[in-house]
Amino acid sequence: MDKLTVPTMAELAAKGESPEILFWVGCAGSFDERAQKITRDICKILQHVGIKFAVLGTEESCTGDPAKRAGNEFLFQMQAMSNIQVLDGYNIKKIVTGCPHCFNTLRNEYPGLGGNYEVIHHSQLIQQLIDESKLKAEGGESFKGKKITFHDPCYLGRANNVYEAPRKALEILDADLVEMKRCKSNGLCCGAGGAQMFKEPEKGKKDINIERIDEALALNPNIVASSCPFCMTMLSDGVKNYNKEQEVKVLDIAEITARANGL
Amino acid sequence: MVLQILFLIIAAAAIALFSLNVRKIIRNINLGRPLDRSDRPSERLAIMLKVAFGQSKMAKRPVAFVLHLFVYIGFVIINLEVLEIIIDGLFGTHRIFAEPLGGLYNVLIASFEVLATLVLIGVIVFFARRNIVHIKRFSGTEMGTWPRSDANIILIVEVLLMSAFLTMNAADYKLQQLGTLHYISAGSFPVSSFLVPLLPDSETALIAIERSCWWFHIIGIFAFLNYLPYSKHFHIILAFPNTYFSNLKPKGEFTNMASVSNEVKAMLDPTYTPEPVPEGGRFGAKDIGDLSWKNLMDAYTCTECGRCTSVCPANITGKLLSPRKIMMDTRDRMEEMGKNIDKHGKDHQDGKFLLDSYISREEIWACTTCNACTDACPVNIDPLSIIVELRRFAVMEESQAPASINAMFGNVENNGAPWKYAAVDRLNWVEND
Repeated sequence: MDKLTVPTMAELAAKGESPEILFWVGCAGSFDERAQKITRDICKILQHVGIKFAVLGTEESCTGDPAKRAGNEFLFQMQAMSNIQVLDGYNIKKIVTGCPHCFNTLRNEYPGLGGNYEVIHHSQLIQQLIDESKLKAEGGESFKGKKITFHDPCYLGRANNVYEAPRKALEILDADLVEMKRCKSNGLCCGAGGAQMFKEPEKGKKDINIERIDEALALNPNIVASSCPFCMTMLSDGVKNYNKEQEVKVLDIAEITARANGL
Repeated sequence: MVLQILFLIIAAAAIALFSLNVRKIIRNINLGRPLDRSDRPSERLAIMLKVAFGQSKMAKRPVAFVLHLFVYIGFVIINLEVLEIIIDGLFGTHRIFAEPLGGLYNVLIASFEVLATLVLIGVIVFFARRNIVHIKRFSGTEMGTWPRSDANIILIVEVLLMSAFLTMNAADYKLQQLGTLHYISAGSFPVSSFLVPLLPDSETALIAIERSCWWFHIIGIFAFLNYLPYSKHFHIILAFPNTYFSNLKPKGEFTNMASVSNEVKAMLDPTYTPEPVPEGGRFGAKDIGDLSWKNLMDAYTCTECGRCTSVCPANITGKLLSPRKIMMDTRDRMEEMGKNIDKHGKDHQDGKFLLDSYISREEIWACTTCNACTDACPVNIDPLSIIVELRRFAVMEESQAPASINAMFGNVENNGAPWKYAAVDRLNWVEND
């Protein structure tokens, strides 16, 4: 693998170039240490298959998703409209996101405010690359026989009906894929959505991420896979809660793909 | 002749009272804000046929699905029999459809009997699920005395109506066998023929049984019709329009508030002249009038089955939030406002509001917006949009969000991220390899 090079839109624009696709990193992908690893793996995949991409870098800003879910429509629209100015300024047509929340907001809520882009989530990109035989699972770590269960992020699954794309990335691994009872449209939230990520839960008898990880751990998996940085935090905390970090890994689809290809 | 007039009076009164109450419900639904759901009619019709008529979303729970299907098909088809009863009642005839339908009539009556039996089975099992097995879905803080009684009243009435129907047929069949005047030989009675030995042999007694069951059945139906507007059972009507007016957008898409767009555009561009926005009023919802008419129709459509609450991550983990309660509170508050209008006129204020008087802050902030509730609802009710409207009011009109949420807003506003990281550090992840 060559050294990872991540061009920004500003750099490309200065050279008079434009990318095939803009990688919208997202706040978690930019700042959260665990999610940063996923971000780099998405870039590695893009570089590996030779897609010309760029990021906005310091010009990227929160999509406004958590503000909108929490009821602050003003803040959401302020964010959205200034992001649209930036995106349109670079004449962006196609976006891949590393986060289902950014994906949902850019894809569904920006058009009404004048921001029209083709938006895909990184699991859909991976699916597409696999379908086009540009991406395989070879040259890297073998997942053969590993027991993997996939946790559906709400904003990818129910919110946008993307259930098969992330599973496609797992199906080519020759791994032992098992589904939790609450999967796909019946999937149970990790507990972070709707701006819950940024507050303490209301009082109850259990935390939602524990309820979810209990269900996953009951399958005795080697890997709990997901494709959302917030689910990543919640599920990892759940695994830590049971001191099972050694036996059970929580990994993003992008990380698994990167590992399987030795990236 | 007296009986025919009596029948006419009862029927007319029942229908008049029912339409009066339905008009009140329509008026209450129209307390909501406007919302355009007139687009894509063929797609809407397809959803209605699939979800309401075809019961597609019920299938997720197979036992309830099959039992409900018995009752649903029974209800729809046995209503054909009601048509005959009404004609007979008005014109003093007996089994008026028998002659013109001929052999088909026997098939119809036989199938009504089979369906009535399936309805009985379904309803009795439903009753047991609620009152003996105590299925968890039917309990919860919002399932107080009235909602539980409402459910049981519906089930008991259905048992009585079906029993009357079968007993009536049994008596009729026995009278047919005796060759009693007016009791023409018509119909086929695969179920009620088993009841015949239980009936007396006296012709007078049999006629009395047949007639009283006939009257009980039809008056029961008229009474039940008028019970509907007060009951969760109104879903048998509203399920159809409610699914027709479903949200066709992706579930993850929340509405962009046009009133906010104007102000934001004006802030970003001082030369911008705001377009007139019809909605007006406050941001978000504090009370019924701030919700859309579809939110309100949702509330009247809810039959309190609890599928939403049983899949709600907040509720499962013991939080106060229950999407079913959101719908029931909305309906209760709407009914209260309707009564206020009837008593005190349109502009009466009773000092109560949906938010706080019915739905607490703790409930609305426990929602993860995961859409499990909207996905689970067999009639496409959307509790989530009500929760979001209440949050919008709390945040934009009152600045009353949990402190950590306010901190998140501050971070997004100042740093362009929900955490306290500097925007200039946004690309540091490249180096952290």
